[in-house]
Amino acid sequence: MTGEETETIRLRSRKFRVEREADWQKLETLLDRALSRSAKALDSSELLELPRAYRSTLSALSVARETSLDKDLIGYLESLCTRAYFFIYGTRSTFQERVAQFFTRDWPRAVRSIWRETAMSAFITVISMFAAFMLTQSDPDWFYSFMPADLAGDRTPAASTESLRSGLYDSGDDTGLSVFAASLFTHNARIAIFAFALGFAFCVPTVLLLAYNGCVLGAFIALYAERGLGFELGGWLLIHGVTELFAIILAGAAGLKIGWTVISPGEATRLTAAAEAGKSASMVLAGVVVMLAIAGLLEGFGRQLITQDFIRYLIAAASAFVWGVYFYGRNFQVSVR
Amino acid sequence: MSDASIGASQAFAERPKLQRKLVTPEGIDLRLQLADASERASAFCLDVFFIVLALFAATLLLALVGVSTSTSEAATVLWLISFFLLRVFYFTFFEVGPRAATPGKRMLGIRVAPRNGGRLTAEAIFARNAMRELEVFVPLTFIASNAADSIDGWIIFAGFVWGGIFAFFPLFNRDRLRPGDIIAGTWVVKAPKKELQADIAHSGEKELSAYVFTKQELDAYGVHELHLLEDVLRQREAEVMALVAERIRNKIKRSVSDDEEDPRFLDAYYTALRQRLETRLLYGIRRRDKTDLR
Repeated sequence: MTGEETETIRLRSRKFRVEREADWQKLETLLDRALSRSAKALDSSELLELPRAYRSTLSALSVARETSLDKDLIGYLESLCTRAYFFIYGTRSTFQERVAQFFTRDWPRAVRSIWRETAMSAFITVISMFAAFMLTQSDPDWFYSFMPADLAGDRTPAASTESLRSGLYDSGDDTGLSVFAASLFTHNARIAIFAFALGFAFCVPTVLLLAYNGCVLGAFIALYAERGLGFELGGWLLIHGVTELFAIILAGAAGLKIGWTVISPGEATRLTAAAEAGKSASMVLAGVVVMLAIAGLLEGFGRQLITQDFIRYLIAAASAFVWGVYFYGRNFQVSVR
Repeated sequence: MSDASIGASQAFAERPKLQRKLVTPEGIDLRLQLADASERASAFCLDVFFIVLALFAATLLLALVGVSTSTSEAATVLWLISFFLLRVFYFTFFEVGPRAATPGKRMLGIRVAPRNGGRLTAEAIFARNAMRELEVFVPLTFIASNAADSIDGWIIFAGFVWGGIFAFFPLFNRDRLRPGDIIAGTWVVKAPKKELQADIAHSGEKELSAYVFTKQELDAYGVHELHLLEDVLRQREAEVMALVAERIRNKIKRSVSDDEEDPRFLDAYYTALRQRLETRLLYGIRRRDKTDLR
């Protein structure tokens, strides 16, 4: 009987655990407190203690893997270290800081970075708008092909010029305006997110969506232009349309960016390139939602309450100016350089 | 990585297939476990349940307010906006926080993590959840609206195919990525909170004074069996322990003494076996299981 191993009372791995356990418990307590609220829940000495306890636990994990056969212990250390790693090397900025950073830096920068796609997206919209305009002018029946019936309502070639005109200035039922604005916003935001997400399928659906949007617009303009209401329609459309169309063009551009990256990732692997493109594209999209909220307000309230063409055009020009300066103004030279 | 350390991880990993390397700046591999498809699906179902619950509560609340104070217009606006915000930002809001997990994910002990091991950015979270609109909600509304109008079976079918492709997308790639994860550069990993349980060797060491095992008796098993025995001893079910004790006694050809209690015997044998295997570990020999004759 070889009793040499059984003579030692304590297992080394158990001794190791007994000596270090307090450190692990401390890390666990600190981590739980930090995660339950925020990093502010810890005072400065505890904030310094956290990485120290993390490193010592991590080194314990490394030792335990090589020397201990206590399965539960290794599992515990692995999960504790993983949680601590994600906390320590995760993001620290608060929600407010992120929002501020988004508006002052990330959003305009992301929009600038996809200027090629934006130009492409605008081009598709304008081209299809023009095509639909020409077709509808040559034969008003085309209107029905481009325009979904529920969107057109009674604004069809069959309507009288008078009713079309009054439709442009009808302030509607004042009480429903905010509901109208809210539903417009949620509807448009979904379309924009859709345009972005569809880019994933190699751009094709995004292009179709943009073209369709352009066609509807073109057919609509053709109908009013034919009746000599072009100028009036311009005010009606552009008061919110500058913001809304720009937002949809940007959403489409974000979709194109992703789709194109999936098609042609360049030097990086497809996965890495897609992840990289996704980051800037999603910043653009987050901004698009904000723009659509503003457009919804302009459409729901502004257009229904302001019925003078001049003021409508003024607001349209002002919004074009504001967006242009905000996105491309200050740092444009720096980024294009 | 040495053979030895891979063996150690297998004890923890139910599926090494879903294990990924994540080396910390300190130079230690955390051996991340990717969340499996069932966990992802359950977490998502829980989240949808919470969203529906919140909407239901909001609707009820607004209906009460709207009726009582005749501000029904404001109530409708609030409802429209909150419905939109909930649908689009529920996931983003929770995943941006330090836990990087929605309530559903938290309950399942999983979280979002960047694939490159760096910081998880707000952009990434937003991107992965914007794609969700395409993956889930679009086919759902598509099916719902068409079913309501009872138009064309083929369109509903197309909706199902669309939804199906995206729903099962994670199963068709190694890293269990859904399209949103691809765009965002993220994946979903296990990060459960585990409690450290008592060391079985603690009670086992007390028994060792009453038991002496020979080297041959301790060489009957390897690490795999030791870990199985650990599981049995943690569950401590009398019948299972009796069966296991009998098998071990047969294997090591040890007769039962009259007053021997199975749990005490097993505790002692576990401790002695672990000590033996750990000592050999120090010499660089990790005996995987009983068939590993080293």
